[in-house]
Amino acid sequence: MRQYPLTFNEFKQGLQDGKLLGLRCLDCGTVVVPPGAVCTSCGSSKFERDSFARKGTIRTFTVIRVGPEGFQPPYVVAMVELRDGPYIVGNLVGIEPEKASLDLIGKSVSVGARIVPPESPEGGVEGMAFAFELE
Amino acid sequence: MREVVVLGVGMTKFGRSEHSMKEMFSMAALEALEESGLESKDLQALFIGNVLGGFEEGQMNIAPFLADEIGMRHGAPATRYEGACASATVAIRHAALMVGSGVYDLVMAGGAERTTIMGTPLATKTFAMGSHSEYERFTGITFPGIFAMVAHQYCAKYGIALADLKMSMARTAVKNHHNGTLNPLAHFKKEITVETVLNGPMIADPLQLFDCCPFSDGAAAIVLADAAKFKNKVRTPVYVAGTGQGSAGSTYRQKDLTRMAAREAAVRQAYDQAGIGPSDVDVCELHDCFTIAEVVALEMLGFAEFGQGPAAVDRGDTSLTGRIPINPSGGLKAKGHPIGATGAAQAYEIVKQLRGECGERQVNGAKIGLVDTLGGDFSTVCSLVLRRD
Repeated sequence: MRQYPLTFNEFKQGLQDGKLLGLRCLDCGTVVVPPGAVCTSCGSSKFERDSFARKGTIRTFTVIRVGPEGFQPPYVVAMVELRDGPYIVGNLVGIEPEKASLDLIGKSVSVGARIVPPESPEGGVEGMAFAFELE
Repeated sequence: MREVVVLGVGMTKFGRSEHSMKEMFSMAALEALEESGLESKDLQALFIGNVLGGFEEGQMNIAPFLADEIGMRHGAPATRYEGACASATVAIRHAALMVGSGVYDLVMAGGAERTTIMGTPLATKTFAMGSHSEYERFTGITFPGIFAMVAHQYCAKYGIALADLKMSMARTAVKNHHNGTLNPLAHFKKEITVETVLNGPMIADPLQLFDCCPFSDGAAAIVLADAAKFKNKVRTPVYVAGTGQGSAGSTYRQKDLTRMAAREAAVRQAYDQAGIGPSDVDVCELHDCFTIAEVVALEMLGFAEFGQGPAAVDRGDTSLTGRIPINPSGGLKAKGHPIGATGAAQAYEIVKQLRGECGERQVNGAKIGLVDTLGGDFSTVCSLVLRRD
């Protein structure tokens, strides 16, 4: 059996320790965050683990006004390009949703995470959501 | 590949229904069989699109129950296909491939969905299950939210003012609602104006209520057969000239949300197999789950240059009498969106258009039609090219 290079639980624990863990492809150098089984550029499964810069740039966003069960709108969801190349989706926190405008695109953010407890003691998994703050 | 012919189509009225999914599908399926002049015991296999049956009616593995409900003989295989909103089109494509490759001579494909029974909070939660369950779900992202991010990224990429893009989006909603008034099976049959759209409540900035399609209930079905053996059974044979399907990962892996690799691959396969290009298409049903979705689809399907989708809308290219009529049925926006049935309803409309049976919303002289159905965060997209002689 092959080993999974960096599991969700390890990645989540990294975030709780203040680190953005990820994988660097040993064949082409591409950085894969969040982690996956193979390189998103060349398909190689030869990786080294590393910790990457928790910095990025907003590429797009929205303000959710009607949310799924269990969420309290309004809140901002954004897609961020990390300094090392990958894109991630998370919540832009620390700003008034009413003040979110197209000017956000291109703004620099720091990257953290919110850990979400399981839905019930009997079932579900502990989840995570990336959390961005304007620099 | 053998030539595949459409023998019959059927569809329920879309909207809120008191019927169970089995009842809805039966109504659509028996209509399609009647058109075909065949009986259900003649069908060799059933291909079903259904997404949320477990949440809606507590019904898992729905395909065998639907097959039994319409009287297919026990022993004929019935399979559920799930590709989010593209499910029925994926089912139809696989049905066409199985007939084309000679596995079967006569099959039915279609879809059924009963979304409204869930209520909006559960429906929004289950729809959001189409996003990556580890790395996106807990952000509270929604489908409107995904397409809202498409709209904002589109503005940034092409340097277009949000107010201008929103005007093109609003015109798209107005056009599709107008088409819906001409479709007796549509969920909404009400004219709206640009002001209706721009004054609606905000759902996910910049998408307002009338930028979004509704949750609907409904079913649709299509009978496909080997053309050599069966085309003489119908007066106006319509052929499956090409199909295509593509996949792509989550939004953050796709990066540029204004270009959808799965859709561009799917439509290219379908065009190539049919031996046509976008300028040959007379009528198109495309996946307008949100107004911005229709605007960007125009570009990816080849009906407008990249960055010129809004201009095509503003010129009226997409109206019933325009250069390339889009969503004459009213689209998901007005006809409605029973997710697992949507692709089959798009195929229903194109078959009816090619036969010249669409009354006031008929696109005159249509000979080649395109179906484009998008599932999830554009992670599953499926295309069909249909044509008549």
